[in-house]
Amino acid sequence: MAHFDPNAKPFSHQWLNDRLAVDTLKRVLSTEYWIPKNINFLWAMGMVLAATFGVLLISGIFLLMYYIPDTKLAFDSVNHTIMGEVGYGWLWRHMHAVAASVVFLIIYIHMFTGIYYGSYKRGRELIWLSGMLLFVTFSAEAFSGYMLPWGQMSYWAGMVITNLFSLGSLDLQGLVEWIRGDYVPGQAFLGRFFMLHVLLMPLIIMALIVLHFGTLRIPHVNNQDGEEIDFEAEAEKWKAGKRKEAKVIPFNPVFMSKDVFVLGIYFIIYFYLVFYHFEFAMDPVNFDPADPLKTPPHIYPEWYFLWSYEILRPFSKNAGLIAFGFAQVIFFFLPFLDRSPNVAPASRRGLFKFWFWALLVDMIVLTIMGKVPPMGIYTTIGTIAAWTFILLWVALPFITKLEKPIRGQK
Amino acid sequence: MSDRRDFFGKALGAFAGLGALGALYAAKRTWDPLPSVKAAGFTTIDLSQTKENVLYTEMWRGKPIFVIKVPKNAKPSEAPNGNMENAYDDKRLIKVGDSKFFIAIGLCTHLGCIPAYYADQHKFICACHGGQFNAAGEVLKSPPPSPLVIPPFTVKGMKVVLGEAGPEYKKLKEAGLVA
Repeated sequence: MAHFDPNAKPFSHQWLNDRLAVDTLKRVLSTEYWIPKNINFLWAMGMVLAATFGVLLISGIFLLMYYIPDTKLAFDSVNHTIMGEVGYGWLWRHMHAVAASVVFLIIYIHMFTGIYYGSYKRGRELIWLSGMLLFVTFSAEAFSGYMLPWGQMSYWAGMVITNLFSLGSLDLQGLVEWIRGDYVPGQAFLGRFFMLHVLLMPLIIMALIVLHFGTLRIPHVNNQDGEEIDFEAEAEKWKAGKRKEAKVIPFNPVFMSKDVFVLGIYFIIYFYLVFYHFEFAMDPVNFDPADPLKTPPHIYPEWYFLWSYEILRPFSKNAGLIAFGFAQVIFFFLPFLDRSPNVAPASRRGLFKFWFWALLVDMIVLTIMGKVPPMGIYTTIGTIAAWTFILLWVALPFITKLEKPIRGQK
Repeated sequence: MSDRRDFFGKALGAFAGLGALGALYAAKRTWDPLPSVKAAGFTTIDLSQTKENVLYTEMWRGKPIFVIKVPKNAKPSEAPNGNMENAYDDKRLIKVGDSKFFIAIGLCTHLGCIPAYYADQHKFICACHGGQFNAAGEVLKSPPPSPLVIPPFTVKGMKVVLGEAGPEYKKLKEAGLVA
């Protein structure tokens, strides 16, 4: 039976401890949550992402107060009311738009850090999978948010993306109309995407962030050498005062102080963009109100979707859809397609080194080709890059199977 | 004892399952297009004042509808069909009064962009992904997988009602020519 000290003053440490076990919580989640010393600034990206999500949430709350999810009023509520009338409305909008763009850059850095160091293997599979679920929900969140200003690019991106659900030759027009609630994107469409953006997706994202942190707690974070650390033994060294000898540091306050330093640098760059270069996150086409009878000459998604969009483009309708679907799900399978037992930086992993850099370069090429008009040499480069992407993933199990075990690893 | 517990567990599961199914159905129906949206699905177009080889864009169910009066004296070379035939001989063109008309939904069948009409070349070019259609809406250049879609229509004198499938439309549909 729980013991409650009758003499403890309300809300005193003892009182809270009896009721909430605050000391245990603090120990398990922060002061005795051990982080390897052998890491670099790339390990701070998780905290950068959490902070950026916080910025999106707070700026979004302020935007929500004046935004009107009505096809006739939405455009002006953003571009006139929020930008022109609401005090500092421009600040929230620019913070929201810049953070929405930058968050994907950090997500990609975070992902490629994990791929480079093999941080998706040997007990860390669920970290990778929950992270991929976060990538998908962030994508849905970004797309639904892009609909809200109801500009030309909102409307036409909404048209093109919902049309994908007709699934090519299956021609499921009924499904497309059901998703839109209309024959074309209209009030029903704006209303439901508004709901998804401000409530359902953020709820799911927050739950997934908790799950993502949870999956990290037992396997612990990886380190620069992929070394299998005995966290309990190393923690004992730290607690015994042998801090130089121990290979680990506590999450709080030691690791957090490094994280906060990286966060500081990140926010300097972020606010520089918010105040002086926000325009990169604001497509000029979207400053024209949505017009169902006028397609913009060139429809393209935001930069972070370009690579998968370019995988869709060079093929015929059905093949393109299959390739696109492949690109959307294949990253989920990474922990199972990598057949090598080695957890090590890519540079020490033979062919995987080339695979990693080829994938990174290929995705950058796809991103650039997704932005330029689909003609001439661009179509050729895009087609080659799309095939390269597919073939790289097909080759992954074979080249990792060939990989020699690194000495000292099982 | 355990029988009773099993029974209660199953009964609870069954009721909760029924409730979940009901809720799913309600959620699905909430996302359906509204009756008012569906009812507003008819558009009448008057074709008596149209000029030859000029693109008119009308609205039907929120979608753009292309209408072009076929020029009477077009040469075969003017309106290419990809196979040296005259696109203006295509069976997809609709006879209204004593003229032929091209009527189709003005959305590219690839991903729904609106192609632009180049009257001098008698063809449509889609700027999004480079698809092309001839003057009868047939594909000249992929990625579009199928011709521009002919909406359900019925001819009433010099007027055409969109959204209602008349005998001319049904004939086209049976011949597999509407899309």
